[in-house]
Amino acid sequence: MIDGDVRQRPGFRIVILLLLALFAVSALLGAMRCGSRELSYARIIETLWNADGGTDFLILYYIRLPRVVLGAMVGASLALSGAILQGVMRNPLASPGIIGVSAGGALTAVAIMLLLPQFASLLVPSAFCGALATAVLVYALAWKGGIQPVRLILSGVAVASMLSALVSVLLLFNSERAVVILDFMIGSLSAKSWTQIQLVWPYMAGGVIVSLLLAQTLNILVLGDEVATGLGLRVELVRVILLALSALLAAASVSVVGLLGFVGLIAPHIVRLMIGSDYRYLLPGSVLFGAGMLVWCDTVGRMVMDPVELPVGIILALLGPPFFLYLLRRSGGHET
Amino acid sequence: MKLDISELTAGYGSNHVIERLNLSIASGEIVTLIGTNGCGKSTLLKTMARILKPCAGTVLLESKSVHSMNTGQLAKQLAVLPQIHAAPEDVTVRQLIEYGRFPHHGAWRMASSWDRMVVDDILKMTRLEELASRKVVSLSGGERQRAWIAMTLAQEPKVLLLDEPTTFLDVCCQFEVVELVRKLNRKLGITVVMVLHDLNLAARCSDRLAAIRDRRILHVGTPREIITPEILRGIFNIESEVIYGRDGIPFFIPVGSCCGEVKS
Repeated sequence: MIDGDVRQRPGFRIVILLLLALFAVSALLGAMRCGSRELSYARIIETLWNADGGTDFLILYYIRLPRVVLGAMVGASLALSGAILQGVMRNPLASPGIIGVSAGGALTAVAIMLLLPQFASLLVPSAFCGALATAVLVYALAWKGGIQPVRLILSGVAVASMLSALVSVLLLFNSERAVVILDFMIGSLSAKSWTQIQLVWPYMAGGVIVSLLLAQTLNILVLGDEVATGLGLRVELVRVILLALSALLAAASVSVVGLLGFVGLIAPHIVRLMIGSDYRYLLPGSVLFGAGMLVWCDTVGRMVMDPVELPVGIILALLGPPFFLYLLRRSGGHET
Repeated sequence: MKLDISELTAGYGSNHVIERLNLSIASGEIVTLIGTNGCGKSTLLKTMARILKPCAGTVLLESKSVHSMNTGQLAKQLAVLPQIHAAPEDVTVRQLIEYGRFPHHGAWRMASSWDRMVVDDILKMTRLEELASRKVVSLSGGERQRAWIAMTLAQEPKVLLLDEPTTFLDVCCQFEVVELVRKLNRKLGITVVMVLHDLNLAARCSDRLAAIRDRRILHVGTPREIITPEILRGIFNIESEVIYGRDGIPFFIPVGSCCGEVKS
């Protein structure tokens, strides 16, 4: 029965949010525990509390903790970026890749690693700038007295395919060294340290906070430009702010972990199926689910073929779709 | 609230759909814009609603320009229902109406008990109480249109602009919508400007009709003044007979088009 859809009740949505929070927290705790050296929670707390500088402390503080924290930050950012874009574009297929962020980040990163390896330490900031610059370019190309979502998507696709061609050219002429950027192209959390987190956390934290504050505004925007204008929303201004936020979140993510395309596309849909399309619930839900999903998948990638590590991008692409298709089919019965 | 449109030129790019158009709408009246397809009715309405920027001229709401005043403040006085609108698929009727409170409580404040009371009143007035928890997309055409009108009412506007609110509705639903508009106008004193294609419906529910042709208002007047064979020929190129109902409301019957043909 459509009338009594439980997903419409605020109480139900709060419960789902709490469950998603639990999912994210359990991912963080589980990931701290698992690894080639298994540690009990008591041991983890004790080690971090004492900061004794022993092997366990070094593993926890310098390897596992940054990896887990960064994974959660990136997962949250990408999922949020995708949720915002799908709303702004009014298109379920929109993802951070569609505004050129991934392609721009990839081209800059590949150029640095292959052509200017002496500047490898500047990889993150330059990939970040490349990703943002591409998003601005895509926006500028789509501008014609205003922004129409369809034109933005098409310019994004056009620019992305050009940049991908340039990436291919670089790879082709440097094929012997192409393996160094494989991690970046797949998306990986291995060998991440606090340095990377320090570089991107202000953008991610700022992006998340401002996005959550704009949730109700996004609800109004998806009613359509004319209705939103009638309700007193400055449509063009709000749209450019939201696009800038999602570009910022995605660019910060791509610059540290590479091309993790899947989270931004699917995580918002999974959350939408659970919690509905009210952005006041969907956005925080996406943050929690994205963080949990990425950290869980990374943990699986670390454990499944131990001691060989599978990049999180591969695990995401293998485990995400079946779960998503299951939700899609299960809910298919009573969707219109 | 009264609206004054003076020397208004508007359109898309350099293509001026209306040019130096003048029209005054008194507080509390229902004015319906009529005219052929593409004559600029919707363009005029959208410009009045600041969805389109004018190329020249002004639209004044109680002597303040709708294009220069704060858009959020304007939304508390003037509401618009565009011709095409779509709700996300899981939005309920109540939620949609709550979105109409956006100009009042903004993006950050939660809905107050006053907001909820307004929404409850509107549900009652638009007879949507039973449907409040239904999804908007699951409603029939007439119910859906009522829900969208209810959303604009939640803005508590003094002026309501409706772009073809009866298009795609069956005859009963058309009357439902028009009667609702009439009721809002009489009970709440809302000034209404709308675009309608059905001249008989327009004549029945409007205080005045404004006929647009050649980028400007050609005739303005009461339905009895406008619905005459001569004026309709001038506006629509149509031959018609006009009869009057028992209540004196004119009724037009098309008998043929006169595009280039000379009638004997």
